[in-house]
Amino acid sequence: MAEIHTAPSRSLRGFSALLVYPRLVWVWTRAMAQYPASLLTLSLAQALISLSELAALFFVFSHAGRLAGFGLHETLLIYGLSGVAFSLADLFMGAVERLGEHIRLGSFDTMLVRPVSPLAQLAADGFSPRRLGKLVPNLAALVWALGEADIDWTAERVLLVPVLLCSGFVICASVWTIGACIQFVVADARELANSVTYGGQAMTQYPLAIYGADIVRTATYIVPLAFVSWQPALYLLDRPDPLGLPEGLRHASPCVAVALALVAALLWRSGLRHYRSTGS
Amino acid sequence: MSPIIEAQDLGREFTVSSGRPLRRVRRTVTAVRDVTFSVASGEIVGYLGPNGAGKSTTMKMLTGILRPSRGRLRVTGLEPSRQRTRLAGRIGVVFGQRTTLWWDLPLRDSLALTRHLYRVPAADHARRLAELTELLELGPFLATPVRQLSLGQRMRGDLTAALLHAPRLLVLDEPTIGLDVVSKSTIREFLLRLNSEQGTTILLTTHDLGDVERLCRRVMVIDHGRLAFDGDLSALRATAPSPRTLIVDLTAPAPPIEVAGATATRVEGPRQWLELSANPAEVIAAVSATHRIADLMLREPEIEDVVARLYRRERTASLGKDG
Repeated sequence: MAEIHTAPSRSLRGFSALLVYPRLVWVWTRAMAQYPASLLTLSLAQALISLSELAALFFVFSHAGRLAGFGLHETLLIYGLSGVAFSLADLFMGAVERLGEHIRLGSFDTMLVRPVSPLAQLAADGFSPRRLGKLVPNLAALVWALGEADIDWTAERVLLVPVLLCSGFVICASVWTIGACIQFVVADARELANSVTYGGQAMTQYPLAIYGADIVRTATYIVPLAFVSWQPALYLLDRPDPLGLPEGLRHASPCVAVALALVAALLWRSGLRHYRSTGS
Repeated sequence: MSPIIEAQDLGREFTVSSGRPLRRVRRTVTAVRDVTFSVASGEIVGYLGPNGAGKSTTMKMLTGILRPSRGRLRVTGLEPSRQRTRLAGRIGVVFGQRTTLWWDLPLRDSLALTRHLYRVPAADHARRLAELTELLELGPFLATPVRQLSLGQRMRGDLTAALLHAPRLLVLDEPTIGLDVVSKSTIREFLLRLNSEQGTTILLTTHDLGDVERLCRRVMVIDHGRLAFDGDLSALRATAPSPRTLIVDLTAPAPPIEVAGATATRVEGPRQWLELSANPAEVIAAVSATHRIADLMLREPEIEDVVARLYRRERTASLGKDG
C-alpha cells in the first residue's frame, strides 16, 4: 500500500467546521430521503403544528381584538420574528439537545475522535429537512406581518430586519447549546432544557406585556428570550415599552446574541474538558 | 525516533456520587494510577486486562476523549486532551462495539464522507480506498447501507474508515468482538500486513487470546488501574502459564476424575472441569476408559485466566510460599 499525505492541518479550524457542517447536513438529508414518504408526512405534520398555532392566534384576536395594546398584525410580527428565529435554530442546532443520548450510547466518543468540531457533528447529526415544515409557515406569517403592520420603514429599519432575525437565531441556538451543556453534567436534563427552549418559544410568540412583570424581567435579564422577538418588535413598531424597561434595550439584541453565544461557547468547552464518557 | 506514545505516571480518577438525593455520598474512584509506558513506531501492542481494570479509560485518554487527572501523556508528540482535533487527523480509532459509519448510508457514501471529515485529497482517497477494498474484500457490499451489513462486514468498513487518512497509529478497542472465526482471521491478517508494509503502529485491547497470539509481539496487562505486566507474550506465558480446560459431562455424578495429564479443578454434579497439562486427545482417551462420557468441551484459556494467574502468582510470591 502506498503512503499518502493528508492535507496539513490549518489554524482556521473553526472555519473548517463551517465547511464540514453543510456537507454533514447534505449527507443526512440524503439519508432521510431514503424514506421519502416518512419525510413528507413528518414535514407536513410540522407545518400543521405551526399552522394550528397560527389559527389559535387568529382565534384569540377574533374575540379579543387587542392583546395588551397590540393588534393582530403587531402580534403576528412578534409571532413571526419568534417563529422564524426559533425554527431556524431548530433546523440547524436542534439536534444538540440529544447530547445526553449520544453520551449514553457512546456515539459522542466517536464524534470526539474525528478531526472536526464535535459541536458541528452533533448539530448536524440526524439533520432532517422536515424541520423546514416549521420554518415555512412562520416565514410566511412574518413576511405578511412586515407588510401589514404599522411600521415606519426607514432605511435603518429595513437594514436591521435581517440583523434582528440573525440575532434571534443566535440567541435561540445559544440557549439550545447551553441546554445541551447541562447534559454533560446531568445526562437526563433534556426535559429541563426543553422547558426553556420550547417553553420559551411559546412565550415569545405573544407580546410579553401580557405576562407579569417578573416573567418579563426574567426573560430580559436571565434567559434573554425577550431579545428574540419582543424588543425587536418594539423597535420595528417604534412603541414605548409598556412595562417601562429602559428604551436602550431594544437596540441590544445583537449584543445580547454575541454575549450569549460566548457564554454558550465557554460552557461547551468547559463541558468537553470535564467530559467523563460512559463506563465501557 | 521519538516514541509514538509516551505515558508517564498517567492517572485518572472519577468522582462517584451515590445514595439518595440530599444525602449523597461522594467518593473518588481511581480508574488508572501511575501508568508509565512508551510505544515505539511500528510496534503492535496488546493492552489487556479484565473488565473494569482501566483499559477503556486509558484508551480514552490516549485518544483525547478523557483528560488525565495526572501524569504526562504524548501521542504522536501531541497532548491528546488539549490537541484532540489535531491528533484525530493523525490516528485511526475503531471501537469494536460501536460504529463510526452512518447507519442509513451505503458504505461507499460513509467512506466518502470520511474523506471530507479528514480532508484527504480526492486522488489519495481513491487510491487508498481501492487498496483497502481489495485487502478487506469490501467490493460486494460497498453499495449496501451500513444497517444491513453483518458484524464482520461492518467491522471491515469501520477499519477502512479509520485508515483512509493513513494514520501513523491505529487504536483498536475490541476489534474482533462477536466475530466468527473467518472474519477474525481476515482482520488479523490484514492488521499484520498493514503493520509490516506501512509500519502503522497498532495498539489494541482485546479479550481474545487468539488476537494476542497472532498479532502482538508485546503485551501490557493492566489490573486495578496499575500496569501489572509489560513484555513479550512468551514472557507473560512463562510468568503465568495458562492451560486449556476440558469440560467433561459424565452420565452420572462421580468423584473428581484422576487421570494423567489433567487435574480436576471443579466438580458440579455430573460436570467436571479438568485443567490440561498434556495432549487433550490422550486425556479424553484416559477419561473414557474409566468413565461414561455424555459430552465434552474444550475451552481455550481467556485473557482473564492469564491475568488471574499472573495475580495469583504475584500474591503467593509475596506471601513467601512457593506455589
